[in-house]
Amino acid sequence: MMTTNFVDIINLVLTWAGGLVGLDYRVLPQLARTAIGMLIACGALIAYLGVLTMIFVWGERRVAGRIQSRQGPNRVGPQGVLQLVADGIKFLIKEDVIPETAHPLLFRLAPMLVLMGAFAPFVVLPLSQSLVVSHMSLGVYYALSFAALEVVGVIMAGWASNNKWSLYGGMRLAAQMMSYEIPMGLAVLTVVVLTGSVNLGEITGAQQGAWIFSWNIFRGFPWAFIAGCIFYTAGLAASKRTPFDLPEAESELVAGYHTEYSGMRFIMFMMAEYGTMYVISALTAILFLGGTNGPIPQVVVFGNHTYAQAGPIASNLIGMANLIGKAYVLMFVMLWVRWTYPRVRIDQIIFICMKVLVPFGIVCLIGAAAWAVLGL
Amino acid sequence: MPEALKTDEILVNMGPQHPSTHGVLRILLKTDGEWVRQSRPFIGYLHRCAEKIGESVSYIQYVPYTDRLDYLGAANNDIGFALAVERLAGIEAPPRATWLRVLAAELNRIASHLLSFGTFGMEIGAFTPFFYGFREREGILTIFDKLCGARLLYHYGRIGGVMRDITPAAADETRAFLDDMETKWEEYNALLSDNEIFVRRSANVGIIPADLAIAYGLTGPPLRASGVAHDIRRAAPYLCYDKLDWDVCIGRGLKGTVGDAWDRYWVRMLEIKQSLRICRQVLDGLPEGPVMAKVPRVLKLPANELYFRTEAPRGELAFYIISDGSDKPARLRIRGPSFCNLSIVGEIARDCLVADVVVIVGSIDVVMGEVDR
Repeated sequence: MMTTNFVDIINLVLTWAGGLVGLDYRVLPQLARTAIGMLIACGALIAYLGVLTMIFVWGERRVAGRIQSRQGPNRVGPQGVLQLVADGIKFLIKEDVIPETAHPLLFRLAPMLVLMGAFAPFVVLPLSQSLVVSHMSLGVYYALSFAALEVVGVIMAGWASNNKWSLYGGMRLAAQMMSYEIPMGLAVLTVVVLTGSVNLGEITGAQQGAWIFSWNIFRGFPWAFIAGCIFYTAGLAASKRTPFDLPEAESELVAGYHTEYSGMRFIMFMMAEYGTMYVISALTAILFLGGTNGPIPQVVVFGNHTYAQAGPIASNLIGMANLIGKAYVLMFVMLWVRWTYPRVRIDQIIFICMKVLVPFGIVCLIGAAAWAVLGL
Repeated sequence: MPEALKTDEILVNMGPQHPSTHGVLRILLKTDGEWVRQSRPFIGYLHRCAEKIGESVSYIQYVPYTDRLDYLGAANNDIGFALAVERLAGIEAPPRATWLRVLAAELNRIASHLLSFGTFGMEIGAFTPFFYGFREREGILTIFDKLCGARLLYHYGRIGGVMRDITPAAADETRAFLDDMETKWEEYNALLSDNEIFVRRSANVGIIPADLAIAYGLTGPPLRASGVAHDIRRAAPYLCYDKLDWDVCIGRGLKGTVGDAWDRYWVRMLEIKQSLRICRQVLDGLPEGPVMAKVPRVLKLPANELYFRTEAPRGELAFYIISDGSDKPARLRIRGPSFCNLSIVGEIARDCLVADVVVIVGSIDVVMGEVDR
């Protein structure tokens, strides 16, 4: 199992680059090298988040168009791919409008908190076996815990806007997101019980070997399968996507908690939404769908070679293709669902959470624990 | 025990600028958190003095004004007014004109119900049916364009007949559209009607019992959804509806209670099918002849009064004309169905969630043009 991470790779690259120029990178103390590596890693993550948003907003608009029997944006750039660049420029040059009666500090702080909450889990999400910023031993829980930070940000946005409709959106969202963290946690616990570790790398490692049937949804059938469905649905609610997008319900609350936001602040909310979507998709892919393990084991692909002997670059690329492919397909499903289903009412949302998902989650957890004890 | 946390009721304004109220409608909600305790609609934002203008404009000149009342079901409006004036004047429109009027009215009913289907879906959060409904509506609007030159406000029914005969090309296109709409109806039905989320949002929401509906003067799909089989085309037939074969659609509470929002939606869907049936019969049985009767240039009506009602897509659209022997009415009163239909919102939208208010207003399907005139 690989233990190198992104910072190590950056250090390797910098050492090589330093060698080209004639400087010895290793002269710097360890702490400085780690700090520089982490800063670059963070910059890369932010860039990845931005690129992700661009790809998926483009995808959303084109997918929405095709589902609605029309074309999406197709003028700006080939197939409209530069539409997002144009929109980004538009948002950047917009006037920064803050309502006079809005709370000055909280209004500005809210989008940052929401973006932090959506973005921090990226540290722990791998792009491939070693392209991860940190092999945190608490991987999954670190990722889930930041959903709570998003809740604070959204309540702040709803309150600080000094707008009754925003307040409605914020309060609805607080109830929704906090409730849905419970089934998400239960589903994750099911996988943790099956695997025996919270580290994302180890969970991925436990899913290799037997073709597609070593993926957790098949390995722990039926508990992990149901838990996968619960996690994905709860994640849809946590990222405020239709059918659970009541907080930003356009036809009722104009735009809910981000009604009063415009320009760059609105983009922060949007990036947070797509970031959370990606976190949920990637976590579903890693926890339940095998992560970087493809349907064909690497042993078969590389003959008798093991991971390490296959060459780190090749196995990393294959792992990246697997993981990104699964995560992006799951995100496409999120887009697809958004344009097909109507919106669920807030009391029905809470009903689904408390009376459907949580009981099923508990049953899955007990079932998985029973299987773990029985050695299945 | 510490005293309970003090809570307050919020007064929230929904509209007049709001993405979901059908036009400029303002609803004042008194809410306790998400629960609506009281709701009051405020109207008048689209008042255009239509009735007062009627007193200073001649009958023939007034017909385009009627189009603009319920601008989504315009053909029904001008045909209704033309019929009322013809009744008072003793003019008989030729049979071909009568049948073409039915065709225009029913095509417009389909268009109006398609739009209502789309916007109702959009308010519940399903964005796609709106686009599909409008795609079919484009077909109808193109037919109207070929029929009378306008897409939305037709001025097709005139006093004495209709403006223009239907060309064979337009008739063929109409037939093609009717066939296409049958298959599309199945598609839309599969997309929305049985969708679990849609049913949960609309069934058992905004239940209007039959006696309450009659007491508030509801007409049209909201009344029929409450189980009352009252359709003016059958109760007081006009044009040639009594010669055609069609059914009155009523709500039976298939998904919840009789008279809930799902029933109102379902009655509209069923009416689309019935209108398709009527249109086919009209195209097959169109009599030959002229399309316009002899109407004097200056039409003076004898001193009389008449209350003439028609079944518009939204309910009973009636014109009460008091004529005094001149060519202008002494009083022209328009009974817009959405006015009475809207009045029930204050009664029904209480002890429900804010999201339900949107569903209720959407299911009643008001058009502010005929509420405010």
